[in-house]
Amino acid sequence: MSGLGAKRFLLAAIAVSIVISAFSHRFNSYYLGVALDVGIAVILAVSLNLINGHTGQFSLGHAGFMASGAYVSALCTIHVLPLVDPRLQPVVFCASLLVGGLAAALAGLGVGIPSLRLRGDYLAIVTLGFGEIIRVVLQNMEIVGGASGLKGIAKLSTLAWVWAFAAVTIYTVAALVNSTYGRGFIAVHDDEVASSAMGINPTRYKVVAFVVGAFFAGIAGGLYAHHKQFLSPTGFDFMKSIDIVVMVILGGMGRTAGVAAAAVLLTVLPEFLRGFAEVRMIIYSLLIIGLMILRPQGLFSFGERRVKAS
Amino acid sequence: MSEFLQQVVNGLALGSIYALIAIGYTMVYGVLRFINFAHSDILMLGAFAAFFLAPKAQAIFGAESVLGAISVILLSALICAAIGMLIEYLAYRPLRDRPKLTVLITAIGVSLLIEFGCQHPAVFGPNPKAFPKLFPAADYHLQGLTISTNDMVVLGSTLVLLGALWFMVQRTKVGAAMRAVAFNHHAAALMGINVSRIISLTFAVGSALAAVAGILYALKAPAIEPLMGIQPGLRAFIAAVVGGIGNLPGAALGGLLLGALETFAGGIPGVSNYRDGIAFAILILILLFRPAGLLGKLQHEKV
Repeated sequence: MSGLGAKRFLLAAIAVSIVISAFSHRFNSYYLGVALDVGIAVILAVSLNLINGHTGQFSLGHAGFMASGAYVSALCTIHVLPLVDPRLQPVVFCASLLVGGLAAALAGLGVGIPSLRLRGDYLAIVTLGFGEIIRVVLQNMEIVGGASGLKGIAKLSTLAWVWAFAAVTIYTVAALVNSTYGRGFIAVHDDEVASSAMGINPTRYKVVAFVVGAFFAGIAGGLYAHHKQFLSPTGFDFMKSIDIVVMVILGGMGRTAGVAAAAVLLTVLPEFLRGFAEVRMIIYSLLIIGLMILRPQGLFSFGERRVKAS
Repeated sequence: MSEFLQQVVNGLALGSIYALIAIGYTMVYGVLRFINFAHSDILMLGAFAAFFLAPKAQAIFGAESVLGAISVILLSALICAAIGMLIEYLAYRPLRDRPKLTVLITAIGVSLLIEFGCQHPAVFGPNPKAFPKLFPAADYHLQGLTISTNDMVVLGSTLVLLGALWFMVQRTKVGAAMRAVAFNHHAAALMGINVSRIISLTFAVGSALAAVAGILYALKAPAIEPLMGIQPGLRAFIAAVVGGIGNLPGAALGGLLLGALETFAGGIPGVSNYRDGIAFAILILILLFRPAGLLGKLQHEKV
């Protein structure tokens, strides 16, 4: 994606989402809900792809980042909205989303620092651990409702917000990876030892990947909170992280467009398969195993980037 | 004081179960250098195998007989050993020369497949089932200290199994082959060792130990269900890393340590709510300060 084309894509996507959103009151609220879910899933999958795909790390804690963003931004709107003029609502919402994203980025920094010394499966288990710790802490915090969940969140997420942020996420990740600086992510993915010999600091790139990925996961969490209007710690468990990981694997690790497509597919498909809810995870797991053995580069990758196994 | 000793007993009982599971993780990591995420589900399958075998054993040996319990445990271990070998053959062997990450993701896939496959109503169903008593249970009181037969069986069988494993790995030809494969696949193959067979065998031994651990865990737990393996499995994995992954005594030590710490933390009011997070916090601290674990040796990557 060239720089100019990418910027055009970003502006066009934001404009389209605002225009569609203006007519959103005419849509069936069920379809509207699914459309919001899709946008949130795209943000989550594309941001995880920066960590797991482009940089070649393996995070199993994306739901934890999402949770920190969701709770922080929900707390912001709950406590700030009653104090301000109703006309300022969108400003407060946007600010609280960003605060949530920053909180998640801080958590990402916390995970990124141990990753200085760990790789592969160790890192996977540490991120899993971080996700679980965040969940356990939330479960025991009375200020966020504890195990019974956080209620009374205003319904502020609209199509325009969600899809605009999805576009910003895709743009940021694609532009970052394709920039001169961002080549380093791919270098770290391909060979850590060789890239450090070339003067690239793998540790710094890994931490940056974690921080940026977590930031967008936090934004997705904030959008999710103001879409569902209810947060419960159990909604951000290990299985939620696995859901996002499956999107990234299915789309092809390190392929932004494929991952976004997989996020759409895996969010819409279960809606049609409501009657088969109990086999959904069985199909997911068979998909993972089958893909890894037969097509490790993902379903939606057609020579976008050379297949580098590392 | 007696309360403290009681906690020590409880911690040792829990810790030895973790130790048994952790050894499976560490053995597989030793030969294949990847985390077998499905290990925690083998543990669950072991418990379920015993659940279905127990009524049969009761019909033959009579209710709560020692012989019946032993045969149930041995048969479940055999079944799980076969399942472990099957998983290795079907899912991991085709990926032997692929990147580590691919194998790791496959392992997660296998784990999810077993968990959700077993939750399906046609298999075990998601509802908890009461685990039968395998042998006569009694509590012994000793100066204010309560020790159940359960705890004694757990501690006893762990000691016996650890001894047998040590003997196998250190004193037999197969064990030497295992250590050779763990050290270097290619060199081991050049020495005439059938690497695939040794890997298969490692999975069998690890899975059999997991099955025993699963039954012992089920005896302490009120009920069994398809997701019961996840929590002890994660704890045991952490134990293996804390002790230094790939290191057998390390896994046993890590298991006991983790079991004890968790039991003590559970007894402190205020901290007990965070029990689920404690194991992970320990893991992160250990990895930060001793990345190779307590007994492990740090290996530098060579180009």
